[in-house]
Amino acid sequence: MTVAPGSSALSLVAVDPLLDGGLRWTPLLIVGLKVLVIFVLGLVGTMFMVWFERKVVAGMQNRVGPNKAGPFGILQTLADGTKLFFKEILSPAKSDPWIFRLAPFLAFVPAFLVWSVIPLGGDFTEGRDGTVTWFGEVTRVQLADPPIGILLVLALSSVAVYGVMLAGWSSGSKYPLLGSVRATAQMISYEAALGLSLAAVLLTAGTLSTSGIVAGQASLSNWNIVATGFVPFAVFLVAVTAELNRPPFDLVEAEQELVGGFHTEYSGIPFALFYLAEFMNTITMSAIVVTLFLGGPQPITIGETTLSIGFLPGALEGTVWFVLKLLIFLYVFVWLRATLPRLRYDQLMDLGWKVMIPISLGWFLLLAAIRVGDANDWNPVAVVVISLVGLGLGYLMFSAALRVSARNREREGAMF
Amino acid sequence: MDLVVFVLASAMVIAGALGVVVFRNPVHAALGLVLTLFGVAVHFVAMEAHFLAAVQVIVYAGAIVVLFLFVIMLLGVDRAEDLSIEPIPIQRPLAAVVGAGTVVLVGTAVVRTRDTIARGPELEASGDSNIRLLARNLFSDQVLAFELTSVLLIVAVAGTVLLTRKQKRRPEHDGGGS
Repeated sequence: MTVAPGSSALSLVAVDPLLDGGLRWTPLLIVGLKVLVIFVLGLVGTMFMVWFERKVVAGMQNRVGPNKAGPFGILQTLADGTKLFFKEILSPAKSDPWIFRLAPFLAFVPAFLVWSVIPLGGDFTEGRDGTVTWFGEVTRVQLADPPIGILLVLALSSVAVYGVMLAGWSSGSKYPLLGSVRATAQMISYEAALGLSLAAVLLTAGTLSTSGIVAGQASLSNWNIVATGFVPFAVFLVAVTAELNRPPFDLVEAEQELVGGFHTEYSGIPFALFYLAEFMNTITMSAIVVTLFLGGPQPITIGETTLSIGFLPGALEGTVWFVLKLLIFLYVFVWLRATLPRLRYDQLMDLGWKVMIPISLGWFLLLAAIRVGDANDWNPVAVVVISLVGLGLGYLMFSAALRVSARNREREGAMF
Repeated sequence: MDLVVFVLASAMVIAGALGVVVFRNPVHAALGLVLTLFGVAVHFVAMEAHFLAAVQVIVYAGAIVVLFLFVIMLLGVDRAEDLSIEPIPIQRPLAAVVGAGTVVLVGTAVVRTRDTIARGPELEASGDSNIRLLARNLFSDQVLAFELTSVLLIVAVAGTVLLTRKQKRRPEHDGGGS
């Protein structure tokens, strides 16, 4: 550890060109400003998301939805939040007091921290690399650009599991415990599929840093949704929906069975934190999908022509593209909630372990084989055919094994 | 700055380790273990090993301790147990001996080698160079060990499944049950 003082401790958060060189006032102020903006935007965005979801679901169910507070009821969330902050904080007699208080923060803090690695904008027009110049300093429109980039998101989502798990356990009550056991099992199961489809993106991008992944998607054919052949995108989207415990994967808080799931016993501010974390996770995960597969703040470029919003300055244009793409996914999540019935528990586990993981693993191997073939000048058709035959044989063996075990279980008379 | 980070991370590691031993409630002990693992992750970051830090959090904190907690919650052993009953009488003195022995061994190792530990090449803080180095090392020089480890894991998984499966030897006509 003989690096210059300050640099090693900061290096997890400091690949941004802004933080090269010593500690000066302007970069410090810019970082502070970024933190403030992300914090405020995160909260306002979550407020908007709650309103958006209620309004869209209401529209799909032929209702009016929130319409009293403010224009189109847009202040309804603010009113609900204010109400929650004035409620009494109850804690059940059998609860574990320390962990009961800790759990909401374990859910809330990771949800906020994910914002720090998402590229929220930047100047990508005409092949620029997304840096902008503020107050004479070159920087990126994202709080931090650590070299492990996207792994930080995975690490944070694995910390978020603790929030849900400990909330359910520490409540000292049956329904929350059942809800949190379900939630944990579901999140762990789908994290594997999530990671494998993410690996396909990383294989194509060749870097872990989020800004690097965005920079590699300069034209429509380079967008990872095309470059990885759509399958990882589909798997990632389903896995993310399950990670978020959103319908149709919301067995965790199935109101008909579990009252409210893991946060049944929470009230007042702790409940508000859980609620906020849940909706903020929806936004940040949509942002992650946009970053990984749809080029983040990159404008749509087909061949030589770029669909560009002319009158906006370059840095702002990136943000506009980012928000537009983000809105698509937010709408998709709401749409799924309004239209799909909830899965049964065995269906959920079957989908996760027997469909999503094999598909994403097989696709990852296929992409790797194509890359190796490319590097060694093998015949691409032969590579694809041989890989597909190999994967097909693997799948046949897998389904044969499944059939045998299903028959055995039937003979033993097990329930599932 | 390095010293501050080192002291804070070490305090986290030691506090967590003490917590694992001292707490009576198994869930609290598991959380102490999480604190220790996070402290180790901070040490990794301070030594420029970002990838190891991320993997430490994802694998250990995110999967292994979650599994511990899961088992604790499912088996319902989350009440403090009566520690006055001793299932294996010799284990406490044995634990004391092993603990003291480990402290002496590690202490001696630190004292004797503090001047002779070779400083590795300076690692670049930026970009993916760390991960590339790690990958090249893991998949070229160490590839045999890597493969053997994965075989070991598969064997462990298969063994666990085999051991936990109840073999039901029933007469042919018996159909029902659950």
